[in-house]
Amino acid sequence: MTDLPSTQELAIDVSGVSKVFGGEPGGFRALDNISVGIRNNEFFTLLGPSGCGKTTLLRLIAGFEYPTSGKILLHGEDIGLLPPYKRPVNTVFQSYALFPHLTVAQNIAFGLEMLGRPAAEVRDTVDRMLALVKMEPMRDRLTNQISGGQQQRVALARALAPSPKVLLLDEPLSALDYKLRKEMQIELKRLQNETGITFIFVTHDQEEALTMSDRIAVMSAGLIRQVGTPSEIYDRPADRFVADFIGETNFLSAEIDSVLEDHAILRLPGGGLEKAFLPKGAKTSGKVTAAIRPEHADLVPEGADGGLRGTLSNIIYSGSSTHYHVRLHDGPDFVVRTQNSPDNKLEFSVGQAVGVRVHDRCVQALED
Amino acid sequence: MSASDTPARIAQRQKTRNRWLLSSPALLIVFVAAIGPLFVMLAYSFMAKGDYGGVKPWEFSTDGWFGVFFSRDIFDDTLTIADANVTIFLRSLRLSLLTTLITLAIGFPTAFFIATRPARMRDVWVFLITIPFWTNILIRTFAMQEVIRNEGIINTVLVATGITSEPVQILYTDWAILFGMTYVYLPLMVLPLYASMEKLDFRLVEAGYDLYANRIQVLRRIIIPIVKPGMIAGSILVFIPSLGAYVTPRVLGGGKNMMLGNLIELQFGAGRNWPLGAAISITLMVLVMVALLVYVRYAGRSGGQHHG
Amino acid sequence: MARSFDVKTQPGFALIAAFCFAALYLPIAVLVIYAFNAGESIAVWEGFSLRWFVTAMSNTAVQEAALRSVVIAVFAASIATVAATMAALATTRQGTYPGLSFKYAVLNQPLMIPEIVTAVALLIVFSRIKVWTGYTGLGYLIAAHTAFCIPFAYLPIRARLESMDSALEAAAADLYASPWQAFRRITLPLLKPGIMAGFMLAFVISLDDVVITEFVKSGGQETLPTYMLGQLRRVVTPEINAIATVFLAFSVLIVIMFFFVNRRKA
Repeated sequence: MTDLPSTQELAIDVSGVSKVFGGEPGGFRALDNISVGIRNNEFFTLLGPSGCGKTTLLRLIAGFEYPTSGKILLHGEDIGLLPPYKRPVNTVFQSYALFPHLTVAQNIAFGLEMLGRPAAEVRDTVDRMLALVKMEPMRDRLTNQISGGQQQRVALARALAPSPKVLLLDEPLSALDYKLRKEMQIELKRLQNETGITFIFVTHDQEEALTMSDRIAVMSAGLIRQVGTPSEIYDRPADRFVADFIGETNFLSAEIDSVLEDHAILRLPGGGLEKAFLPKGAKTSGKVTAAIRPEHADLVPEGADGGLRGTLSNIIYSGSSTHYHVRLHDGPDFVVRTQNSPDNKLEFSVGQAVGVRVHDRCVQALED
Repeated sequence: MSASDTPARIAQRQKTRNRWLLSSPALLIVFVAAIGPLFVMLAYSFMAKGDYGGVKPWEFSTDGWFGVFFSRDIFDDTLTIADANVTIFLRSLRLSLLTTLITLAIGFPTAFFIATRPARMRDVWVFLITIPFWTNILIRTFAMQEVIRNEGIINTVLVATGITSEPVQILYTDWAILFGMTYVYLPLMVLPLYASMEKLDFRLVEAGYDLYANRIQVLRRIIIPIVKPGMIAGSILVFIPSLGAYVTPRVLGGGKNMMLGNLIELQFGAGRNWPLGAAISITLMVLVMVALLVYVRYAGRSGGQHHG
Repeated sequence: MARSFDVKTQPGFALIAAFCFAALYLPIAVLVIYAFNAGESIAVWEGFSLRWFVTAMSNTAVQEAALRSVVIAVFAASIATVAATMAALATTRQGTYPGLSFKYAVLNQPLMIPEIVTAVALLIVFSRIKVWTGYTGLGYLIAAHTAFCIPFAYLPIRARLESMDSALEAAAADLYASPWQAFRRITLPLLKPGIMAGFMLAFVISLDDVVITEFVKSGGQETLPTYMLGQLRRVVTPEINAIATVFLAFSVLIVIMFFFVNRRKA
């Protein structure tokens, strides 16, 4: 995991790419010297808030924009300056962009026809694609005569039909309702497994990213903040932005008491000591921020063994879990989340003095 | 290769070139067969008139422009106001303004009526307005001629009912031109008025009645201020072609009740004074431009108020 | 019986609207009715007859003028539609760019200038060219008609193009279509209703033109409208009503077709 893959294994190698819109120096810098390697056959997600540059990076790979500087390699070959129709890369558009004057089958056949494939091969591939996305009965419908979820499947089939080296997906699930989105997440994962094609998936939905990806790149303001597996991103965020953007996090200012190997002992507000994970190359003394997920802490009665103390200020019930807001005596609010079950009812009330016990190995020390 | 030749810039340059290439046929045609000749006409207005029409090329003269409002006596060189031309300018302005007012008076209630029909019927009513709009102006003028002539339906009814003992001469008077232009340009008033009334939110009207306004007050204080942009657009669309009308006054005015369009034609025909004709044309064009500018200014401002 | 208070009425408005529609259609109706008059007069009804249609149809001057009108309209509308389509592609869905408002101004210019002004300006220029070149054919009329048809062809094409998602062309490029293939296979088929509507508008506008034609035409180049204008100076018989009626029916047909083509949504 730690050793870098060689260039051969990389499907896409983005190195030192910047994109400035509107011309330097006054222009908008959408991507600022980005480098990232996307491995062959992996499901890679670009995750970030809107305007972070993730769609720009996707459009650069697809060929709809040219980089201001830097290189984009596809299996070792520089494609950065090729027009989109000369790149063996296909896109599933956010709006699907299905051709309204063509039938489902004609849409799927389009790319193969443009590549000049023989008619028999086109027919076979279209049949195979229709079967792959389970749309055989709809083959002769126009694309405005099918539902949103079905349009999504056709868009996928159309982009997969020419067997691209890389499939680009630009927030393809954002137009679907919640249930359909869940279904399509599983469907996408299945398609990626079956076809073995490298997927690059753009989303602003962290849950979607965590569910589907092999690896995630978290982006903000034209920079890549962290690249890693979903659990690396969630459990070991590299900085405060990542910790804040992915899931919920409590941030407490703390001080490094001592360091042992990759761990540090932190002094938290109120004087309690907690063992914390220290990212590689981080500083080993002075003030840091301790990041703790709400589900990695328990609410305990006052006086019980717990590092943090405060007053329960609010209880928010939300079905599967309950959020307890604790006003710490020496600091900000701290949120604790507990799973609900019928026989597991915590008997706390607002205004009560309580303690918070943090789970072992669940504190992350971050530089400010 | 200079530092500015990044691929992105090359692509941008290509795009710019393609845009100009693609638009050039249309731009060229309009320039050659519409805009360019206007400049030639401007040049002609500053040349001396030819003896049998046309101009004496390259002989500079301001006589054309001078002749728009003044005339010089052939014998004693005294200056007088060119009464005939001034009369025609004033008639053109008067008839155009009256046409605008009458079409507004008829068009406003009509547009209101259409806008208050059920959604599906509105298209039918609008279609009924559009049909005459696309019908040849000459045919419509001719139709009006038949109605107002001495043996026409109006006079027949007037005489038959005994309101007048003999036919009233309408044809070949200013009234005929006014009727004709009103008839011909009425759809141009109704369509933009309808476009703005269609968007009128009738909950605002209900709110007006709820706040004790009567029908007249609702009209004056709520409906008219909201649909004002449509009223202005319609007025401009009627006023401008009225000012430059040629066919309607020629057919219904019968030669002696000329408007600007006919005065221009006269200079290029029997009058054989092309520089004067060119000067009057440019004057007419400037009048239209001024009207358009006032409209753009006003529409821009009132639009800003509504959205601000 | 108590009726509810209707907020959507104003006193007298319906009456004026009724007058408006009657006033718009009554003169046309009279014109059409007298086209079927058996007598020589357009004022006295002498019974139903189709004789004036027969007279008009067999009048060679009318035949020639009608044919000439159609030839000019076909050429002018076709050229204008092609030019306007190209211009629309260059001025739509691009954001704003330097020169865009200049293009708008030029393309819409024929709508802003009174027709009589353009007409005499063309008379000045074309009469000079006619002397220089000796050519007096239909080319002048076609050029003049093409110019004022362009804004009318441009409007519906541009409207159609603006409602089209530019992601469709991006998708075509992504699926290995070259710019020309993308245009041919995606943009053009989707743009077709707009192009047809633009052509029909331009066709009607060219067919109807009186003023510019009257000033640009060379001797003997009467179109149907200028022929009718000339006839109106004389004693008119129902023949002219018959010509007008056929003309009218033709225009209305095209306008109805235009409505249906333009209504079809993407």
